[in-house]
Amino acid sequence: MAKITLQDLRHSYMPNPVADADWALKRLDVDWDDGGAYALLGPSGCGKTTLLNLISGLLIPSHGKILFDDQDVTTLAPDERHIAQVFQFPVVYDTMTVFNNLAFPLRNRGVDAATIESRVKSIAEMLDLTDTLNTRAAGLTADGKQKISLGRGLVREDVNAIMFDEPLTVIDPHLKWQLRSKLKELHQRVKRTMIYVTHDQTEALTFADKVVVMDAGEVVQIGTPVELFECPQHTFVGHFIGSPGMNVMPCDIASGKATMRGHVIETANVADTQAAHGAKLEVGVRPEFVSFADTGLPVQVIKVADAGRFRIVEVACEDVGLKVLINEAESIPADGAHVAFDTKNTRVYQNGWLAGHASASTGGYGA
Amino acid sequence: MNQTTNQRAWLFVIPVVVLVAFNAVIPLMTVVNYSVQETFGDNTFFWSGVLWFEQMMNSDRFHAALGRQFFFTGMVLLIEIPLGVAIALSMPRKGIWVPVCLVLMALPLLIPWNVVGAMWNIFALPDIGLMGRGLNAMGFDYNYTRQPGDAWFTLIIMDVWHWTSLVVLLTYAGLVAIPDAYYQAAKIDGASPWAIFRYIQLPKLKRVLTIAFLLRFMDSFMIYTEAVVLTGGGPGNTTTLLSIDLVKIALGQFDLGPAAAMSLIYFLIVLLVSWLFYTVMTKDEA
Repeated sequence: MAKITLQDLRHSYMPNPVADADWALKRLDVDWDDGGAYALLGPSGCGKTTLLNLISGLLIPSHGKILFDDQDVTTLAPDERHIAQVFQFPVVYDTMTVFNNLAFPLRNRGVDAATIESRVKSIAEMLDLTDTLNTRAAGLTADGKQKISLGRGLVREDVNAIMFDEPLTVIDPHLKWQLRSKLKELHQRVKRTMIYVTHDQTEALTFADKVVVMDAGEVVQIGTPVELFECPQHTFVGHFIGSPGMNVMPCDIASGKATMRGHVIETANVADTQAAHGAKLEVGVRPEFVSFADTGLPVQVIKVADAGRFRIVEVACEDVGLKVLINEAESIPADGAHVAFDTKNTRVYQNGWLAGHASASTGGYGA
Repeated sequence: MNQTTNQRAWLFVIPVVVLVAFNAVIPLMTVVNYSVQETFGDNTFFWSGVLWFEQMMNSDRFHAALGRQFFFTGMVLLIEIPLGVAIALSMPRKGIWVPVCLVLMALPLLIPWNVVGAMWNIFALPDIGLMGRGLNAMGFDYNYTRQPGDAWFTLIIMDVWHWTSLVVLLTYAGLVAIPDAYYQAAKIDGASPWAIFRYIQLPKLKRVLTIAFLLRFMDSFMIYTEAVVLTGGGPGNTTTLLSIDLVKIALGQFDLGPAAAMSLIYFLIVLLVSWLFYTVMTKDEA
């Protein structure tokens, strides 16, 4: 068990990275507390798996340090770091029984037979694998195999952290939520640090206490699921998390107010905006915080989509489209509709970043 | 859906039937025909039942040839399979040496059988061949044309040289198909190189090794050209393998009946062993 610290971590698969695009992982400074559940969330190719392999020691970073409990492990081999990893596609030792699969990491470390027996049995029970202990691992279904992969990590008592690399990719949809809640339950039981990599926001938000959102090799925001939802630091986070994603509308600043197509929009952070010349200014507001009102931004209703308890209404103000989320009981005004924004949750973004954020004036990532 | 019966579709099968008839059924039936008949020339034949089969099964000459054949095939498999796997394991997985190694490995496979035989025949000659002369110069009393042990040694070395590459290439293809995640998981689980071989590589190679084994079994069991060119079955009859003996009986002595019976038994042995092996190897695949 250990606290994991990543210091100025960067990685490139090229020997001499020069351009920005040469870096698979641009810069990362994170502290992960012992026993926490963390998720790395981002679209495919954003550097998540690279980061995971750096932590597990399958890759050595080009730059920066990795510390486990203040001990530098940057150049240690995977088995010296005491970590476990569950891969995207189930890895089991086909010719062995489930029992031998689970016992394998212990046997490789020369643990005595009695200890192996009791550890394997207790882990098998935790994972509901007791009935299959004596069958061959090759015959199990994908979710059973993923449980074995996980079990091979759990049997070792000295494991610092368990990493998951999109572990539910090959699992049938109806078993996904089962395995997901099993993971959550296990985390509460064993209290090991778990790091979960995924491009699926539901998986990340339900699993983790803290989520690291990544894009193009860079960390965009680190926060609790609630923080990510309520206060996205970047329009990318707004888009990527939430369904439907955040509305992002171009705006101007005139006499201390954000205006869109000549209409004033009250925002929470307009005072933080630095009037940099040529900066891209946008207003971001989640569909949940937009509602129909008698006054406000005049809009036309374009399309209504039924999403069960909610309805997603697409509206447009001149050429700018946005989405409104309303209860199924609420009615949609026919003509001359107006929408109002919840000021507290309506923010100005400068060059993609939340106005007032350190990177907002310079542009930085994505600008 | 309504199914209509259209018997004319059978016409499309005719080309295949004709092809199979001419390249398999008719030649094979000729052999079957010879194996149950006796002739005194003049193209007149008499029914002889299972006489030739009985004779063949009780023939010491056949037993001896069969024994030599099993010894040869056994030795060849025992050397080529492990050696091929070992070479494939030590070949590079990426970089410019991959094509170099692959081409080098494929070279022996591209040489015609009789050329291989002739090459080794000359290479191993004790008076002028590089290997034969070299061995003698080093103090070994080596002469494959006179000493049965040396003849066997040369015969097996030749086959190993010619065919190990096949095992290497098949195994290499199987090895590169193993996903990286298996090696990464093994690293994390702290597996030793031997454990990685035993529990990851070997099980994943099972299919290609089954094929390699079958191909090498069948080919080595039916080896003819190389052995004839190298030793001609000698010295004496010490390296007369089944196929060599068969040709002697059929074309040397022109005993068509016994030769036909022998080829059928020969064929059944190859079929039986291949079937047995394949069944055992694939029995626990669901």
